[in-house]
Amino acid sequence: MNNGKRSRFLFTVTCFGMAFLYIPMIMLIVYSFNYSKIVPVWGGFSTRWYTVLFESEVVWKSVILSLKVATVNAFFATIIGTLAGLALVRFGRFKGRTLFSGMITAPLVMPEVITGLSLLLMFITLKELFGWPDKRGFTTITIAHITFSMAFVAVIIQSRLAGMAQDLEEAAQDLGAKPFRVLTDITLPLLAPGMLAGWLLAFTMSLDDLIIASFVSGPGAVTLPMLIYSRVRVGLRPDINALATIIILVVATGVLIAAWIMFRQQKQRQLELQMSDED
Amino acid sequence: MIKQSLQRNWKSLVVFVPYFWLLIFFLAPFFIVLKISLSEATIASPPFLPMTEWVDEGVMNIKLVFDNFLYLWEDDLYFNTYLNSIKISSISTIFCLLIGYPMAYAIVRADETQKNILLMMIILPFWTSFLLRVYAWMGLLADQGTINDLLIALGIIDQPIRLLYTQFAVYVGIVYTYLPFMILPLYANMEKLDWELLEAAADLGAKPAVTFITVTLPMTIPGVIAGGLLVFIPATGEYVIPDMLGGGNVLMIGRILYNEFNSNIDWPVASAVAIALLLVLVLPMMLYQHVQAKESEAK
Repeated sequence: MNNGKRSRFLFTVTCFGMAFLYIPMIMLIVYSFNYSKIVPVWGGFSTRWYTVLFESEVVWKSVILSLKVATVNAFFATIIGTLAGLALVRFGRFKGRTLFSGMITAPLVMPEVITGLSLLLMFITLKELFGWPDKRGFTTITIAHITFSMAFVAVIIQSRLAGMAQDLEEAAQDLGAKPFRVLTDITLPLLAPGMLAGWLLAFTMSLDDLIIASFVSGPGAVTLPMLIYSRVRVGLRPDINALATIIILVVATGVLIAAWIMFRQQKQRQLELQMSDED
Repeated sequence: MIKQSLQRNWKSLVVFVPYFWLLIFFLAPFFIVLKISLSEATIASPPFLPMTEWVDEGVMNIKLVFDNFLYLWEDDLYFNTYLNSIKISSISTIFCLLIGYPMAYAIVRADETQKNILLMMIILPFWTSFLLRVYAWMGLLADQGTINDLLIALGIIDQPIRLLYTQFAVYVGIVYTYLPFMILPLYANMEKLDWELLEAAADLGAKPAVTFITVTLPMTIPGVIAGGLLVFIPATGEYVIPDMLGGGNVLMIGRILYNEFNSNIDWPVASAVAIALLLVLVLPMMLYQHVQAKESEAK
């Protein structure tokens, strides 16, 4: 195989892979503008399913619950996950470190059915012992989400800390700053982009979770994925296509803006580096 | 006062908060599952008998019931379901690797702008709803769906073929949703490779196929393992994909667990299924942990 053949092969596979990733989503969007009630049969262009969606109170209620859970979850997961990342990278060896790092990695790959089942049984046991949580819903879903999203935040923070040069922190220390000052004045500001990435990841993961929320939720608390799932289990629904289109567009816009900002920062940094080299 | 003690003890606080959280909400729950898996089912709330009972003053009777595990072992349905889950997730992992490896390779070798765009395109589906991406395939695979329509229009078939609610649909769904999990670790691994080594091999006259097998492939093994495990482990316990795309025809362990708990309300058996699933996955999980630890040391 010569170079030309190889790059043609790579190009073909990449195009095929991208088509595989994107065609389903494009079709989903196309059919949300279908007049017909039967999703795959085209009955003319219409936005009527969007009207149906916006008039549905159940949908709004679940969107609000999901956003509330995602926001509170992202806030706490970022704080706790950042602490975990700091402990793992900057504290060297401490008692129980192996168990700690194991508990950080395990949620990343743990099948959701197991996490969901075990957390529900934990909540039931806690209720029997202490009478808390008396009602399952917002609180239990949020606690469950913090537990798995903090692990993802910790991993992001860990890799950022590992890749970060320590010279600023060392300089501050040499100039007499106490370790706590170094943390608040140097390390945390440098970590800010990582924390933002962690926050975003925690937020989307919470919005996306179906299984864990289904396990730990109680009567009356229906998140958006739970609502979507209860509707699509039995078949295709045009109003869900409309909902999917809105979600995909919102996410795509968000990701593209974030990517653009990061891209610009990267360029800026490269430029600064070049300038300092020339000095 | 508070500020002073914070300044003195902040380090233990930094460790304590996440540690405590994980002990309570991650580790302790597993012991509860283990406990319930060793209890007897009953019709009550909660639907299992307590493991311990006070017989006389100060004498506690501990009763461990291994019946639930025996039941899993002897019932062919459960055993076959475990095997089927492992088979489906292994084959899906191989397909993810076959598609993902050349894609990751192409991204690494692309120029800076192309690289950013391609990476963006891999990450974007990763951020959009998993549930909706699986749902999208229901529309493509249905009897009146896009794929059947296209095949009929092209004259390849004249009757719609059954695609949705088959084993095939489950494979497609798993490969589709987990492909980015394969590509990203592979990309991260390949990006750090010393490409000059490859060029050296080529300069010394090695054939591209030889270079690939003797140089490239061995160097990317950590990426292959990390990506493979990130697909294999969650796919084995998958619930949504077999439920939505496989219908009643495809048995996977995640579904059995969910149904045992929610429809049959047999908590002890559901817990035993969870423990058994964990036993199947504990080795791959430890391997993943090992690979990750090595990677972060290498940095």
